[in-house]
Amino acid sequence: MFLGLTAELLARIQFAFTVSFHFIFPAFSIGLASFLAVLNALWLWKRDPAYLRLFDYWKTIFAVVFGMGVVSGIVMSYQFGTNWATFSDKAGPVIGPLMGYEVLTAFFLEAGFLGIALFGRKRVGDGLHMFSVAMVAVGTLISATWILAANSWMHTPAGYEIAANGQFVPTDWLAVIFNPSFPYRLVHTVLAAFLTTAFAVGAVGAYHLLRDRENRQARIMFSMAMWMAAIVTPMQIVAGDMHGLNTLEYQPAKVAAMEGHYETQKGAPLILFGIPDDEAETTHYAVGIPYLGSLILTHKLDGEIKGLKAFPKDERPPALIPFITFRIMVGLGLLMLVVGLWSLWARWRKTLYTSTWLQRAAVAMGPSGFVAVLAGWFTTEVGRQPYTVYGVLRTSESLSNVDAQAVGASLIAFIIVYFIVFGAGTFYIFRLMMKAPHGDDGELAQSPTRTAGITPAQQLEAAGGGHGH
Amino acid sequence: MVIDLPTIWAAIIAFAVLAYVVLDGFDLGVGVLFPFFPSTEDRNVMTNSIAPVWDGNETWLVMGGGGLLAVFPLAYATVLPALYIPLILMLLGLIFRGVAFEFRFRTVRWRPVWDWGFSLGSIVAGMMQGIALGALVQGIKIENRQYAGGWWDWLTPFSLLTGVAVVVGYALLGATWLHMKTSGELQANARKLAMFAGVGTIGLIGAVSLWTPFLDAIYFERWFQWPTAFFSAFVPLLVAICAVGLWFGLKNKRDILPFLAALGLFVVSFIGLGISFFPYIVPGALTIHEAAAPDVSLGFLLVGAVVLIPTILAYTGYAYWVFRGKVDPEHGYH
Ligand code: HDD
Ligand code: HEM
Ligand code: HEM
Repeated sequence: MFLGLTAELLARIQFAFTVSFHFIFPAFSIGLASFLAVLNALWLWKRDPAYLRLFDYWKTIFAVVFGMGVVSGIVMSYQFGTNWATFSDKAGPVIGPLMGYEVLTAFFLEAGFLGIALFGRKRVGDGLHMFSVAMVAVGTLISATWILAANSWMHTPAGYEIAANGQFVPTDWLAVIFNPSFPYRLVHTVLAAFLTTAFAVGAVGAYHLLRDRENRQARIMFSMAMWMAAIVTPMQIVAGDMHGLNTLEYQPAKVAAMEGHYETQKGAPLILFGIPDDEAETTHYAVGIPYLGSLILTHKLDGEIKGLKAFPKDERPPALIPFITFRIMVGLGLLMLVVGLWSLWARWRKTLYTSTWLQRAAVAMGPSGFVAVLAGWFTTEVGRQPYTVYGVLRTSESLSNVDAQAVGASLIAFIIVYFIVFGAGTFYIFRLMMKAPHGDDGELAQSPTRTAGITPAQQLEAAGGGHGH
Repeated sequence: MVIDLPTIWAAIIAFAVLAYVVLDGFDLGVGVLFPFFPSTEDRNVMTNSIAPVWDGNETWLVMGGGGLLAVFPLAYATVLPALYIPLILMLLGLIFRGVAFEFRFRTVRWRPVWDWGFSLGSIVAGMMQGIALGALVQGIKIENRQYAGGWWDWLTPFSLLTGVAVVVGYALLGATWLHMKTSGELQANARKLAMFAGVGTIGLIGAVSLWTPFLDAIYFERWFQWPTAFFSAFVPLLVAICAVGLWFGLKNKRDILPFLAALGLFVVSFIGLGISFFPYIVPGALTIHEAAAPDVSLGFLLVGAVVLIPTILAYTGYAYWVFRGKVDPEHGYH
């Protein structure tokens, strides 16, 4: 025990803490890498220096985000062994090779081409530079694919048998990889990364438009971001709905927790607000819309939905967290939809660049993607409890043989270091974002002001890339 | 001897670890040497010399760790809890040095803080890797597929010695790397440091090698009994050759030779370790075969590894080639 907490609980908190911090960065860098590839392609195609300026602007931010993603990710790949040794021993033969493929096909690819993408435009020429930027983007997507295959397998395990020594042994790799929840989780998570990036980029664009309506770079990024918001948000909502149906089929207890249902009912309401109480087995102060719950989940008015009481007590996830985080995610998804539609309306009215209220809303929605992504993961992961491999391996049986003191002390160290390091990083990112993307078409593209933190070399790079026109 | 999947994988993982040690070794070494180069310009050149490649170098660490989970899950599940504290400290060190690459260019006021973070992070990471190695060589208690020791077992005089040895060795790699990639005063300074680090490294290799056979009878047999003693005799010989190469290269101000000689020292020491370990993955407790994942897992990943590892080596080599030659202090990459 450490401060009254068991090693198991501390390890869970530690995992949740480190993986949440980690995922904030991929959610941004997956989207930014693709955004950079598009910007670079547009620059090569149209030779409009505004695109090059935007590329250089976001490239700097990307480098900081990516660096933090890498270091926080390395922690993750060792955490399985330090804290979840029994899980690693048993599930290693299944999820290990998936993560091995992630290293071989994605991490090396990203890392190998990152240097050229960031620093090498002049050295390799436009073509190879474009290729490198694209490889970094492709790498982030491949990475997401493998890690989500591994994670989805833990939610909906398939294609394995259990050997005499307790290990999971794969019998069919295709079934392992394309396990039932994988396609849904992949689509939903990658779209989430794109949306996160769209709203962050949109907020930066809007912020600078509010100060200078004529800044071309700000206009371009705002417009691109709003197109993404308008197109991808509806896709995400459809994907989320399908994901939910899939979960209902394979993890009905999770859905019951998300919905705050304890009783099995036909024609179940959609509970909008309330406080699920696992002790009393009821949701207090529930405010709901009759029949809508059944309609959404079964697409029938009187469809039956299982409540948590239909499951033995020791197989139920805790309801409170999934219930709340699910509502946060969906609520933000609906707000994103509003902003997307609003931008279409403003575009049609030709007020996209002048509508102060739209731009204020976009600034306010800047962090929405990050919040929604974390809320979504909390729904998913807490809803999987009390199992690490759903239905087969309990969380309580997954732990390493470590002392609570060791886990507790390292948890505190992680919290301190993460807040200092990633706090500083976030501050630098904000500072970079507050700086307007400079330059107009009259002058050459070599104008970034020589303020604190920009080395002369950076200007040189910008100038070097600018020779093309 | 039949070549089987676990043995092939042991070779691949060993290769990944070696690749990690020599590649990240030189960029960690640059961090270790930071305190000897107080000027900001020098430090900019030093970080710029490794900025384009450090992430790729560190990926070999992920390959080593992730690979262990995939192909030797039982080793992963017992070694990592045994080395709990040194590994967490290593990770925290790597965080500080990893972000410093970007952060130190993003601020003027706080640059000294990130410079210290870069340096101390590198030193801590190297030290902990060395300690982890020493603790592994000493042996780890395993019962019932679980680590059965305490959480301070790793801390011994021997593991502290290996910790220092690795830091000094990394400093040597870093100094010879800088000697290759820089010019002028910075290079001259690097050459001097390489001399000191070279003497230190060779002395520490000697100390560790002399101590190891007395840790466990099995190491003693390996090194002093026929037929393995035949191979053992080569290892000191090769160390001597590398030492001469290093000395000759530095004396005659050759750009590349000292770095190659330093790499050679690491490769040879690593082979020496391999002789001590084989066929164990955790000495005395767990053989390669006992720790291996089932053949379906090994085979599945091997298919990819056979194609992908050469591809990775090719494009990584290309990335190094793109950034070849001396770092130009005027231009930099940043
Ligand atoms: C949906 C995507 C996704 C998810 C769920 C995760 N990651 Fe991640 N990870 C990435 C997407 C990503 C990325 C986009 O590929 C990163 C982010 C920034 C980067 O450098 O690559 C990355 C970096 C990254 C690195 C550093 C790679 C390098 O050296 O370049 C490691 C070791 C991990 N991750 C490991 C993990 C583990 C063990 C996870 C599970 C607990 C995990 N990641 C969740
Ligand atoms: C990147 C986004 C992710 C987030 C934000 C996230 C979040 C969480 C949270 C909040 C928990 C704690 C749940 C609880 O104990 O109540 C958890 C546990 C866990 N997750 Fe995830 N997760 C993510 C991805 C993954 C992936 C990709 C994997 C595996 C490949 C994974 C494997 C685990 C494991 C092993 C645990 C610990 C055991 C447990 O408490 O269930 N997670 N995660
Ligand atoms: C508004 C409509 C949305 C619906 C109906 C929806 C539905 C869902 C459901 C049912 C899950 C849990 C699946 C499971 O664990 O079995 C989930 C998870 C998740 N959601 Fe959403 N979602 C919506 C919007 C969003 C938005 C806007 C984002 C982020 C920008 C997002 C990001 C995530 C993430 C990252 C996860 C965890 C990974 C996963 O399991 O896919 N969602 N979502």
